[in-house]
Amino acid sequence: MTEQSASSHPRAERRAEKAARRSAPAGHDSHTSYIEVEIEPGDPLLVYLRSAPGPIEIDALPAYSPAVARMREQGVKIVVPLVTSSELVGVLTLGSRLSERPYSRNDHRLLHSLARYAAPALRLGQLMRSQEDQARERERIEQELHIAQLIQQQFLPAQLPELGGWHVAAFYRPARTVGGDFYDLIELEDGRVMVVTGDVTDKGVPAALVMASTHAFLRSTAKAVTSPGEVLRRVNDLLMPQIPTGMFVTCLVLVIDTSTGNTRYANAGHNLPYLRRDGIVVQLQARGMPLGLMPDSTYDEHETVIELGDLLLLYSDGITEQHDTAGEMFGFGRTSDLLVDASSGDDLVDRAVSALARFSAGVEQEDDITLVTLHRGRSRGEVVAFEFASASGSEREAIKRVRALLGDALPMERLDALCTAVSETVMNAIEHGNRGDAALEVRVVVRRTAEEVSVEIADYGRGVQQPNETPDIELKLAGLQTPRGWGLFLIEQLVDRLVERVEGERHFVRLVMRTDDSPTASRTAKKGKQ
Amino acid sequence: MSLHSDLRHRADTLAIVLTGRIDRDAAQTLDAAYSAARAMGADELELDFTAVDYINSTGIALIVGVLARARAERVRLQATGLTAHYQHIFEITRLSDFIEIVQPSTPAEH
Repeated sequence: MTEQSASSHPRAERRAEKAARRSAPAGHDSHTSYIEVEIEPGDPLLVYLRSAPGPIEIDALPAYSPAVARMREQGVKIVVPLVTSSELVGVLTLGSRLSERPYSRNDHRLLHSLARYAAPALRLGQLMRSQEDQARERERIEQELHIAQLIQQQFLPAQLPELGGWHVAAFYRPARTVGGDFYDLIELEDGRVMVVTGDVTDKGVPAALVMASTHAFLRSTAKAVTSPGEVLRRVNDLLMPQIPTGMFVTCLVLVIDTSTGNTRYANAGHNLPYLRRDGIVVQLQARGMPLGLMPDSTYDEHETVIELGDLLLLYSDGITEQHDTAGEMFGFGRTSDLLVDASSGDDLVDRAVSALARFSAGVEQEDDITLVTLHRGRSRGEVVAFEFASASGSEREAIKRVRALLGDALPMERLDALCTAVSETVMNAIEHGNRGDAALEVRVVVRRTAEEVSVEIADYGRGVQQPNETPDIELKLAGLQTPRGWGLFLIEQLVDRLVERVEGERHFVRLVMRTDDSPTASRTAKKGKQ
Repeated sequence: MSLHSDLRHRADTLAIVLTGRIDRDAAQTLDAAYSAARAMGADELELDFTAVDYINSTGIALIVGVLARARAERVRLQATGLTAHYQHIFEITRLSDFIEIVQPSTPAEH
């Protein structure tokens, strides 16, 4: 506790000052001195002062208090507790009066009155200082989180490779505290693909730095060896000397021959992936010590074939260990159930994100969530990407490209519906996402498989858009709503599925249409929602 | 100019024949066409979309604006020549509750 020092009564002080000037040595402030006494939290003096009615002579205070002893040593004669709202917020200590006379009753009254005003003012000052300290600390934490996020996102693949006949989808959402999740797809020289997912224990900058090292080791090792078990063994050896104590990395490595589906994999303590084949969901079994825990760890390799139509899910514990408001975890059962009805990897990601949002409504996301899906399509998938400047008219160009690419994939009316939704989404991207800045491009990715087509539109918007109000023509005709505001409504009504997400500085809207759909059934369902 | 308009008399109805696209650039044309038709004393108007190849959400808002004017002036509106897709959009926006959709003798194509 900080101690306050003060002079005695002003008139007495002035008189004393005259006398002191005559006798004080040069350079010494004759009538005040700084009293410094630390009061330990367990000191009985604190309890005593909290209930004291006003200023107290030092002799009336408990002699067994260490603080009282130190006060005596420094010549304290009177102690004034500063109490507000039953809380002791400070102590005013005074030495002898310069007149050498004892403190009078008037002095006591004055000090008592002073304490009544000073205590709340002091408390206010303490609160303000405390809030300033907290704000500085929050700012420091936010900066650290931002740095961690930047490090982490730098090592996530900006674009996923296009694998003939395979569709890869990935989702990453950092927790507020930023964990150490990562994933990567590395195209090997022999034409196979190495798929990696991992999770560093701990959070913030330390986890992000370990993640960056692990990522670099994985990339460099993959150039030398392509056996997943050997990759993990070497990365473990590289990590061991430098990983901070108590930290480790779980990591799963798969090496896939995309032409045959032949897959070799090894696991360093990561969640076991789920594979759906012919409606049955199984876990690919593989176990091993996490990286960075034990020197000379070795990793068994396993082999499977991912067949046409199979769907694979790699995931971090951010999904399985997310709690709901009742404290229950999302768990492995709910995670594996997601695969049962998913029509594609993208659909699986969408289902996972929606299911988790419903499950954990009202609860903060506890850890990073990473999902990587690989879907070996029954027919060869196709992907075309293109970009437009943020300029009026680009939406019509986008329609032309989409119509040309998907003209034979959908019936005319459904293709028209998709095109209108594309046009509206591109306009939103230009006007709202990129705020009309012609230097910012709008990126469009068109994907088609036998099962569905999708058009993904990316801009530099800051967040997921929320509709202001559902447009109602009667309100519009009555002048109670603006005639505008139809864009998002039309998009939602015209496509089978709309998925919106933000990754880094990009905002994505994906419009999905099933190829084997009956337009009537779809539209009846949508009308029912209005 | 994204949109052109002509006025044509068809039997007892005056038709505003629209050509091009109905987007934000169409506001002036659409407004002028409606005003011209009203100046001719029409209290029943047909909007002919046969030669319209693009309507976006701003275009829908413009059509809502024309409809609001027409209702205030007790003018009955009809729409013709809409493709199946734009008919669907008229339905989901409920424009079709206020503008009667009339099919032309030959269906419109994009």
